[in-house]
Amino acid sequence: MTRMAAGQHQRIRFTLNGEAVDRACEPRLLLTDFIRHEIGATGTHVGCEHGICGACTVTIDGQPARACLTLTLQVEGCEVRTIEGLADKQGRLGVLQSAFQRQHALQCGFCTAGILMSLDALFAKRTDATEAEIRDVLTGHLCRCTGYAPIVRAALEAAAELRGEIHREVVDA
Amino acid sequence: MKPAAFDYVRAESLDEALEVLRNEGSNARIIAGGQSLMPMLNMRLAKPRVLVDIMRLEGLRNITSSPGSIAVGAAIRQAELLEWPSLDRELKLVSLALPWTGHAQTRSRGTICGSIAHADPSAEIPLALLALGGNVVLRSMRKRRRVAARDFFLGVMATDRNDDELIEAVEFSATNRRCAFREVARRHGDFAIVACAAVKIERGTRLAVGGVADMPVARDFGTLEGSALDDALNAFAYDLDARDDFHATARYRRDLVRTIGRELIAEVTQ
Repeated sequence: MTRMAAGQHQRIRFTLNGEAVDRACEPRLLLTDFIRHEIGATGTHVGCEHGICGACTVTIDGQPARACLTLTLQVEGCEVRTIEGLADKQGRLGVLQSAFQRQHALQCGFCTAGILMSLDALFAKRTDATEAEIRDVLTGHLCRCTGYAPIVRAALEAAAELRGEIHREVVDA
Repeated sequence: MKPAAFDYVRAESLDEALEVLRNEGSNARIIAGGQSLMPMLNMRLAKPRVLVDIMRLEGLRNITSSPGSIAVGAAIRQAELLEWPSLDRELKLVSLALPWTGHAQTRSRGTICGSIAHADPSAEIPLALLALGGNVVLRSMRKRRRVAARDFFLGVMATDRNDDELIEAVEFSATNRRCAFREVARRHGDFAIVACAAVKIERGTRLAVGGVADMPVARDFGTLEGSALDDALNAFAYDLDARDDFHATARYRRDLVRTIGRELIAEVTQ
């Protein structure tokens, strides 16, 4: 039996946004803190730290999950994606991010990274998600600025674009 | 808010996990999906000396259907049970209640058995287990034992589990009888102010209520109707001993029990 001692650094290996991570951390280190402080990827925000607000949502093996309710050691061998993984290599915004920008689906932006990760996971499964399904996913997030209406609009628009029903040029015109 | 320090064991066999529990007793906690335990660790309401991660144990990753009963292993996540193709047919009540358990972002990690072990009085999974009638399968180095759901929940986050035991599986009674579920919460996925489940039983209807008493409570209402049913529901609402809290008054909770109870009983008996 391997018992990983408290206070000592333990090896941890997983994939973060497609790149292999091979580092060490204490057993009690939350995934939020590992991503922000060890990796330095600060796109994942830390809000309530008890699973209510949704700001720290990332995807683990394709499923949306609270990074604050995950120990780093629990993701050994998993595929983790964060908001940094949504933009392309050139740093251009993804379809979902662009729709959020066009629809003013964010004001302060604190909740946005988490919401984008949840919606990204939803649309990876189904781009024909209904407004009710989108709203159901959004119940896992708190936004104190927008009142959610522009977030829902942006999500519906991004889904339509992902289905090939609208093209960016048309929307921008 | 960060957890206090603990040792971490990634169990490679069930015996390994049970050995830690035998040696450490209440200083050890099992972690599966962690969606109830992690908030407790972050807030330092729990400070175990050692955490035992059981999610790599293939033997606990089963949903087993046998005549009259569906067993769900300790490493089955809530999202996995929701996607189980036979859920709607074999465990209708669970298919109705599970979408109310947390959010998609927590169901992806949280387990069925973990929710049972946590025993939050407002949780939907314990409520469904009680309403359907089922068992909790407990395992220690010494033995395996089955406890009926009605005997398992003892109070707020208190259960019949001993310190050297873990929940190996829960067994839901399968039924194709009519059932219904309804919940009132401030936000879909938040803790229930009142959650109700009704199941048609051999003689009439059973109603189970969560979010009011210290644990989910079920009562059989036979074939009562009209004002006799109203009176029985009123008595039930008072017997649950509702309290005022931040979210709702006791009076509002009693009213919800009467109103939703009446609606659900009508739904399953019509």
